[in-house]
Amino acid sequence: MLFVMPYLCLFILMLIVPLAMGIRLSFTRGDLFGIKEFVGLENYARLLADPVFLRTVWNTVYFVILTVPSLTIAGLLLALALNRETRWAAIMRGIFFASFVLSVTVVTLIWRLVLIPNGGLAGVIAKAFGAEPISFLGDQNWAMLSIAMTTIWWGIGLPMVLFLAALQQVPRDLYEAAALDNASRSRMLFAITLPAISRTIALVLVIEIILQFQLFGQPQLMTSGGPNNSTRPIVLFIYESGWSQWQLGYASAAAQILFALIAMVAMVQYRISSRKESR
Amino acid sequence: MAGVEMACVSKRFGDVLVIDKVSLEVQAGEFIVFLGPSGCGKSTLLRMIAGLETVDDGTIHIGEQRVDTLPPGKRDVAMVFQHYALYPHMTIKENLAFGLKNRRVPASEISARVEAAASSLEIGDFLERRPGQLSGGQRQRAAIARAIVKQPSLFLFDEPLSNLDAALRARTRIELAQLHQQLGTTMIFVTHDQVEAMTLADRIVVLHDHRIEQIGTPMEIYRRPATKFVASFVGTPKINIVELTAAKNGAMTTAALPDGTALETCIPWNASFAETGTTLGLRPEAIRVVAQGEGTAAGRAKVVERLGERTLIYAELSDGTMLTTEDRGDSQVRPDDMIGLSIDSSNAVIFTNEGRAHHGTQVSN
Repeated sequence: MLFVMPYLCLFILMLIVPLAMGIRLSFTRGDLFGIKEFVGLENYARLLADPVFLRTVWNTVYFVILTVPSLTIAGLLLALALNRETRWAAIMRGIFFASFVLSVTVVTLIWRLVLIPNGGLAGVIAKAFGAEPISFLGDQNWAMLSIAMTTIWWGIGLPMVLFLAALQQVPRDLYEAAALDNASRSRMLFAITLPAISRTIALVLVIEIILQFQLFGQPQLMTSGGPNNSTRPIVLFIYESGWSQWQLGYASAAAQILFALIAMVAMVQYRISSRKESR
Repeated sequence: MAGVEMACVSKRFGDVLVIDKVSLEVQAGEFIVFLGPSGCGKSTLLRMIAGLETVDDGTIHIGEQRVDTLPPGKRDVAMVFQHYALYPHMTIKENLAFGLKNRRVPASEISARVEAAASSLEIGDFLERRPGQLSGGQRQRAAIARAIVKQPSLFLFDEPLSNLDAALRARTRIELAQLHQQLGTTMIFVTHDQVEAMTLADRIVVLHDHRIEQIGTPMEIYRRPATKFVASFVGTPKINIVELTAAKNGAMTTAALPDGTALETCIPWNASFAETGTTLGLRPEAIRVVAQGEGTAAGRAKVVERLGERTLIYAELSDGTMLTTEDRGDSQVRPDDMIGLSIDSSNAVIFTNEGRAHHGTQVSN
């Protein structure tokens, strides 16, 4: 007990207290000069009737659907491909992890340069095939896909290293036993590798769900939430209503909804994977 | 059931030679043990037969078929691993059935074979459990059962008893011997434990420094070791190896111990015995403790080790040479007692300075 005290104090002070203050704030109307009055659930009622907010919720969920499975599957495939002792694999592991350490400003700058219709890499490629360059960030149908693409490129390093660490924990003699049992490579993947790293798959899914629900920097820097709110995520909505429009109570209520959403999805995911585990 | 033939097999890991032109013929139905210290290449040799290591040079045949180019699953061998290598997320039943399913054996036959193997190894009650829920001994049985259900033409064991406690190891050893009698299948067993090798093997292959040092029945290996290494590796307590001064005695050799004791041997004289570095090997049971003043030599007991059925006495000769000797279980000798030593030189071995062994013409048992 004594041993965890310092952390517990810090935890209460830095996490529980702000969280409680945030929840309290979400029941009030407030601005730059402080809390004005207690309004009960009014902020929540307004949010659920606000088409812009509902759009941001859908945008965020859409983004999560686009990125989380792709990051998990692509991260796993990369890890499987690069889980070997060659120099070439080591170099490739370094390259794929490198993008993860870049700042969001650098990443979005790189991808804006790629995606600019005139003179950007994507435009050049489109022209080479005789196609009309697409304005990826200016088109409602393409903008969120482009941001998802950017995010996958940026974030692939994390699931990859987590999977690599897990793959290296799988005892080698299991594969040898399977080879003697005449198992094909795909059979080894499904009968040995995937069950052996199932905990890491669950971990990666939870981490990515939490991370990707908090989408903010990429649309803020690449599209400012446009065109026509098609890339505005919840966090950007919270940021703008809180720090541009100074509706602190309203922003705080939106933050609580995001918190509940993340907690719910992560818990459902956790339930599914732990049920699989015990089966 | 099939024999194994290895011809001039070599293996390198990078610049390191781990198997140096090994040739070996295993008869069908034979129980062969690869014995050697760690790092001698015995496991690598086994894994090459299994197909888990590639062969750099030479060929391997199992029965009539050349296998060194085949993948492990096509060689018709089953292997029991040191750490069992049971699939942790499958039940024991699924573990046993996995290889058969991959070979597309009909389901009815799979369950019949699994039942039979489970009952013969007494793991029928654990079939629905996972490996993590079993004890070390139960896992070991499951691993052996997984090998048996495949009905291979060759069984490979890679130090399978090294993770068991002493009592369980002795029991499993006996069960393995029974299993071999029952199945009659060729088995190759790797160990660094000479007791396992002596008790299980039809023939022992002693490996040292990446080469085969000697192939022979357990008693041949024990009684007529080909080299000084084999002599000192096999046998507990270790063979006594002492400096000697050899003299020609007709056609035979007289060996003088460092303290001057002369032993008549039936080892034919060889000119190389006169070189320095020639040594004499005497098993402890060939040196019996007798009353002071009797016997061939005299010494002082330094350490007395009581093993129950016999007593080991570490005796020092007058010149300081140490000899391990044997006495009865109820030996009255105490440390620092002067004792007589009766040396039976009929099984003595002379090692040339390169380590080659020379044996007597007649061997008494």
